[in-house]
Amino acid sequence: MMKPDISTAGDKATGLNHPVHPHAVALAIEGVSHSYGPRKALDNVSFTVAAGNFTALLGLNGAGKSTLFSIVTRLFGIQAGRIRIFGHDIQREPGEALRCMGVVFQPRTLDLDLSVLQNLLYHAALHGIDRHEARMRSKEALSRMGLADRLGSKVRDLSGGQMRRLEIARALLHRPRLLLLDEATVGLDVRARAEILGHVRGLVIEQGISVLWATHLFDEIKPSDDLVILHQGRILAEGKVAFIVANAKARDLHSAFAQLTEAGPGSEGTVP
Amino acid sequence: MSAAIAHDKPAGFSFAQYLTCMNGIVWREGLRFVHQRERFISALVRPLVWLFIFAAGFRQVLGISIIPPYETYILYEVYITPGLMAMIQLFNGMQSSLSMVYDREMGNMRTLLVSPLPRWYLLFCKLLAGTAVSILQVYTFLLIAWFWDIEPPPIGYLTVLPALALSGLMLGSLGMLISSGIRQLENFAGVMNFVIFPMFFASSALYPLWRVQEGSPVLYYLCLFNPFTHTVELIRFALYGKMNWVSLAVVGGCTAAFMIGAMFAYDPSRGLVRRGPAGGET
Repeated sequence: MMKPDISTAGDKATGLNHPVHPHAVALAIEGVSHSYGPRKALDNVSFTVAAGNFTALLGLNGAGKSTLFSIVTRLFGIQAGRIRIFGHDIQREPGEALRCMGVVFQPRTLDLDLSVLQNLLYHAALHGIDRHEARMRSKEALSRMGLADRLGSKVRDLSGGQMRRLEIARALLHRPRLLLLDEATVGLDVRARAEILGHVRGLVIEQGISVLWATHLFDEIKPSDDLVILHQGRILAEGKVAFIVANAKARDLHSAFAQLTEAGPGSEGTVP
Repeated sequence: MSAAIAHDKPAGFSFAQYLTCMNGIVWREGLRFVHQRERFISALVRPLVWLFIFAAGFRQVLGISIIPPYETYILYEVYITPGLMAMIQLFNGMQSSLSMVYDREMGNMRTLLVSPLPRWYLLFCKLLAGTAVSILQVYTFLLIAWFWDIEPPPIGYLTVLPALALSGLMLGSLGMLISSGIRQLENFAGVMNFVIFPMFFASSALYPLWRVQEGSPVLYYLCLFNPFTHTVELIRFALYGKMNWVSLAVVGGCTAAFMIGAMFAYDPSRGLVRRGPAGGET
């Protein structure tokens, strides 16, 4: 397991090539552990997400991805370790840390009985954005996500893909610099998955937003992506995909993952 | 290593932003209430059934002597009206608790909890929103009851408002505290059996305490230590423009205690830390 060193992010040890600058770290997770009673869900997890980069967090179902997201978003308290978002410690400065961050959770978190616009206005209010500004931003966000014509629709009338796009629009409404997405494409068809992934990658390129994309699907990860492999609550590897593959002396990511986790290809939850 | 990470300057939140957040939470609670017409109707039907049927049936059986704040003999319907007002708030508080458990199961609660504003403030706004809805229900009930000859002094409609606000906050906080300990929606039936019914029946909502004392001294003491009794009495006195200081102290104290407990329970570093992930998530 590689121990992250923020000051040296970008070194040869990880293959990361983003600029080595204090501001380059969007999310720093240092030695985070979490247990549910006797069961350890996360064990001394450490890694960083570089600012303006797309970082994939790859792990099978049960790897601890959602637990990690719950801790980063303060739904769970930190039992051990430290988390900083753009330098803000989430325990000491939770408000500032949460303000920098937008989240799309694995389960749907929209209010189905409210309209598309009402869901966005509610989120905006929770971030202290006044009604006029919120309306303006909502319309912009919905246009970008191709949902402008669904402004007044009840959320329960949207398709799964549209709901996810709405959740992303909502997560971006307060203009965060870091976007966390926990298995955002689960339950969607191939086309909707590709659309959402494409849109999120576009946000990184066009707006410089940092993204942590948790997934168990190999085909959502590009060779140029930064990658963190989480397995049974522990980080097995961190770095550029090509670096991890080369380091494992494997022919592709799937094989590298299999080697690292000591499981054969086609393990539960993976897509070859 | 910490020195290596440059620190963004904390911007904080302005008073206007806090206010915007509160408006948003109250607005959303109001919208949900409007959308759930059945909830509004059932919240009204329950006390009205007690008023129109139960009270009418028991009018001849249960005589009420002259007790403060009343200055003359009163009908049984008049006596139980404050109890029914408190009942509306009790059910609303528990309904809010149910809705929080539902929101948590459905994931909506995360939207609230990942707001950058302080957690205690978000929960307080949620309580205020629930209280506002319960007060609306109570006044609608009073309006209907007026046609049933329940006519407190006109000033009473105004003086009862702060009492309703305080009791709404107390019962809402209790509901929130309970919701923090309920992991599944199915467990909510237990709340009905072990919280709502004992609180309501072991109180002065349906019969005056002196009558209870005559029947069972043990029950009398149970009623006396039941915060819901003091909620009812606070509302009863306030509805007639008077103040019951003991009840005010008890309700105020319980509100503070339940509120602190609820905020403690929803603090991620304390209460929520004991919870496991939702189904299917790890």
